[in-house]
Amino acid sequence: MTATAPASGGPRIGVITFPGTLDDVDAARAVRYAGAEPVSLWHADADLRGVDAVVVPGGFSYGDYLRAGAIAAQAPVMRSVIDAARGGLPVLGICNGFQVLCEAGLLPGALVRNSGLKFVCRDQWLRVENTSSPWTTRYEPGAEILVPLKNAEGRYVADRSVLDELEGEGRVLFRYIGGGTADGPVPDTGNPNGALRDIAGICSADGRVAALMPHPEHAIDPLTGPTDDGLGIFLSVLDGLGVAA
Amino acid sequence: MTGSTGTVPGTGTAPVQDTVAQAARTPDARQPFRELGLKDDEYERIREILGRRPSDAELAMYSVMWSEHCSYKSSKVHLRYFGETTTEAMRSVMLAGIGENAGVVDIGDGWAVTFKVESHNHPSYVEPYQGAATGVGGIVRDILAMGARPVAVMDQLRFGPADAPDSQRVVPGVVAGVGGYGNSLGLPNIGGEVVFDPSYAGNPLVNAACIGVLRAADMYTAHASGAGNKVILYGSRTGLDGIGGVSVLASESFASGSGGDRKKLPSVQVGDPFAEKVLIECTLEIFRAGIVVGIQDLGGAGLSCATSELAAAGDGGMAVDLDRVPLRASGMTAAEILSSESQERMCAVVEPDKVDAFLAVCAKWEVEADVIGEVTDTGRLVITHHGEVVVDVPPRTVAHWGPVYERPVERPDFQDALRDNGSGSLARPAAGELPALILRMAASPNLCSRAWITDQYDRYVRGNTVLAQPADAGIVRVSDDVPGGPGDPDRPLSRRGLAMSTDCNSRYTLLDPYTGAQLALAEAYRNVATTGAVPLAVTDCLNFGSPEDPGVMWQFQQAVRGLADGCVELGIPVTGGNVSFYNQTGATAILPTPVVGVLGVIDDVTRRTVPGIGHDTGESLLLLGTTRDELDGSEWASVVHGHLGGVPPRVDLAAERLLAQILLAGSRDGMISAAHDLSEGGLAQALVEMCLVGDTGARVVLPDGDGPADPFVALFSESSARVLVAVPRTEELRFTEMCTARRQPWAKVGVVDAASRTLDIQGVGELSLPELREAWTGTLPALFG
Repeated sequence: MTATAPASGGPRIGVITFPGTLDDVDAARAVRYAGAEPVSLWHADADLRGVDAVVVPGGFSYGDYLRAGAIAAQAPVMRSVIDAARGGLPVLGICNGFQVLCEAGLLPGALVRNSGLKFVCRDQWLRVENTSSPWTTRYEPGAEILVPLKNAEGRYVADRSVLDELEGEGRVLFRYIGGGTADGPVPDTGNPNGALRDIAGICSADGRVAALMPHPEHAIDPLTGPTDDGLGIFLSVLDGLGVAA
Repeated sequence: MTGSTGTVPGTGTAPVQDTVAQAARTPDARQPFRELGLKDDEYERIREILGRRPSDAELAMYSVMWSEHCSYKSSKVHLRYFGETTTEAMRSVMLAGIGENAGVVDIGDGWAVTFKVESHNHPSYVEPYQGAATGVGGIVRDILAMGARPVAVMDQLRFGPADAPDSQRVVPGVVAGVGGYGNSLGLPNIGGEVVFDPSYAGNPLVNAACIGVLRAADMYTAHASGAGNKVILYGSRTGLDGIGGVSVLASESFASGSGGDRKKLPSVQVGDPFAEKVLIECTLEIFRAGIVVGIQDLGGAGLSCATSELAAAGDGGMAVDLDRVPLRASGMTAAEILSSESQERMCAVVEPDKVDAFLAVCAKWEVEADVIGEVTDTGRLVITHHGEVVVDVPPRTVAHWGPVYERPVERPDFQDALRDNGSGSLARPAAGELPALILRMAASPNLCSRAWITDQYDRYVRGNTVLAQPADAGIVRVSDDVPGGPGDPDRPLSRRGLAMSTDCNSRYTLLDPYTGAQLALAEAYRNVATTGAVPLAVTDCLNFGSPEDPGVMWQFQQAVRGLADGCVELGIPVTGGNVSFYNQTGATAILPTPVVGVLGVIDDVTRRTVPGIGHDTGESLLLLGTTRDELDGSEWASVVHGHLGGVPPRVDLAAERLLAQILLAGSRDGMISAAHDLSEGGLAQALVEMCLVGDTGARVVLPDGDGPADPFVALFSESSARVLVAVPRTEELRFTEMCTARRQPWAKVGVVDAASRTLDIQGVGELSLPELREAWTGTLPALFG
């Protein structure tokens, strides 16, 4: 996939920074690579500055005090994001952002400590299970993508009824299928953290709020990531914005 | 810590504190200076300087600032050799050097880099997680204080035997601590070292490195100038953690002394990476806004260090009111406040009309900040507490007048016997045993995959990591800017990258400290060049036993001279460093461990050389350098025979320079598709790693050495100045002609074989990639889960 040059007056995508957010510079870079203008959103400011979509990036917002994402979910900017999401604003949560969206009630379930009890950083194969969400339209159905994964609390859990509902409605966006360490591939350890039903990412009922634990913003250039497979997520949402505009 | 030494009875229940006036009135009061780590003559010196006994608070300040850790009292006379040997040409890349928080190097395009390695050894033995975590936190603040954005960390770890019971406690704790802190700070970990050796069993080494990037014009140094300027303490509150850490923990060996009656309380600090992340962003915003004169981080020796060093580096004095220091605990004494090592704190000097702006930035980041004093023209550091003067000293006497020792230096008696006990008497394997030996070596704790460790570290965050473990050196792109992105005029588009590698083989260093230090330098230098970066500058972290042992001081002196002389020969300066003494258990010192870090710069990160083969269809494998029968001190001798003796591999810095030039030319002109340095484990290990990292097989024909062909020597010798390169078939002639023309020894040793999935060594045997991978990657998970 190719990046298009940024056009002034083109789509603007907000990237939220909480105290302790770490991957905001990376999310902003991915937005730029995809051809949109990144707009910084500050946790204490409820103004979304008229953005066309929002990325809640990775990190350890508020030091993961209380529970990962719990305090960030109460921030002024998140109250605006929750309202806007109900009105159809596309929202993407990555890693800690996934945790924040769950804590904010925009997505069901929770992320708990990895089954191995350790922080895991590795290149992770994912299968794209649903290509109709605004964040996944650029992928072929069943596409397999390789993106970095890095977290200590990435194990997706939810009640059986919730899991069944997610599966039934096609709301499982990404599933873990295999991984590799820095020293080469590890073919037989698909699920890195014990996530139920190998779930790596899900979306809301309308598909517009999406989140995943792995980091697509770190797979936008083979120079600094394992692939550029992650760029498709950002290009997808821009396609949708283009149609809507 | 300091009991009240005042002799005036308290009135009612009000706490009595020892003041300067009290000290003058009671010159003969007994003071617990020995418990604080001061020697009798050092205490007398303080009395001479002040013309009276010190107050409790003054005694606390002097004791921490005159400790080995802060004052370099045993190493100073030797470290001068670095300055004496640094030439003007070497100095030309340095913007700041030894004495600042960290050295700063000009890398061109208006960018500068600051980098440093520091030890946090003793705390990490007492409390592995927090010791390691706060080690990372401390070095990151050092870099931040120079005005630089920290962009990467590395860790240099040394533990006792991997299968020793205590390693189950120390190794996972240290690794989780390095990761837990660095990951939460959002700094990629781009490499490091892990070594297991029995000498570290009771004294692991936890060194941490940080690299920071700044615009050369924006460099800050820590100083307090301008009477009337305000002194602001910001960051976390000051508590009772880490008190006495410097004097008691860092400067005395465990279980030392024959009395055994001194109770040493663990006084390891507790880290909060979230507080530090916020502190970083807050501090960088303060620097960008230009609202600060100077900033000093609070690390070892806390406020004692920050106030005395800031004042000593300025032009006058300083007045500080401890009642304005936000505290975590109630009832803290002045001495406790001054020597607390609570983490995530910084001290700034700010012009009065900029204080409001400074405090506003802190408020934005929800960082607590308080004006605790001001710069004066009295020439004295005056500190008050509860309205009374508790410290009144010339700041330079605290910061810089620490004692300087000419410790006895004597080559140990065992050195001759060690040298004479070479590896020549050890049984060598028959040819048929070599395949099994390759597997055994690849699985040994010092050669096996580090993925169990590095997979607990975030290597991706900030999106600029171009190479990380298992590459020979880590590389990060300097600029955040992206091709096609909106150009910010302050941050020109750049493909410039920074490379860093740290190395030390302490087994070689025991055999010959001078040569061992040079081999460490040579390897770090070679690693940087192997990735395609030009080596530019050096830092070090010198970990040794007790300086009171003349044999240890000889090791130290030799290592310093070897390193300094080596830097002259390579033409790159030492920009800073750290010394850690008293690394020993009882009377037994660790192997001398001068960790050497080399920083390099690469003009275009897309030209970096990777360690794995198979990126190009049709590659030839060429061995650059000369292989000799050099197995003394080798991993083979250690793993198979538990042997350490003889003389280390020959060091040839001229050969290293030539090799680096060849590697740089090769990567710049696209003649090299992969490269990996030969070090511990020799050619066998390099082949295994290049195949496994690239997940590609190879067919190898071993070259003749300078003697008769011996496959064992060819595979396991650890001769220096060697690199294995993969060269695209189309570039092979051009590359080998360049080598020949420049007198670079080379030999073709095989071809990459993408179809085979085996490492096939002619006349030795065939090993499948899965069995190699199982051997290489299985060891650490099996030991540590």
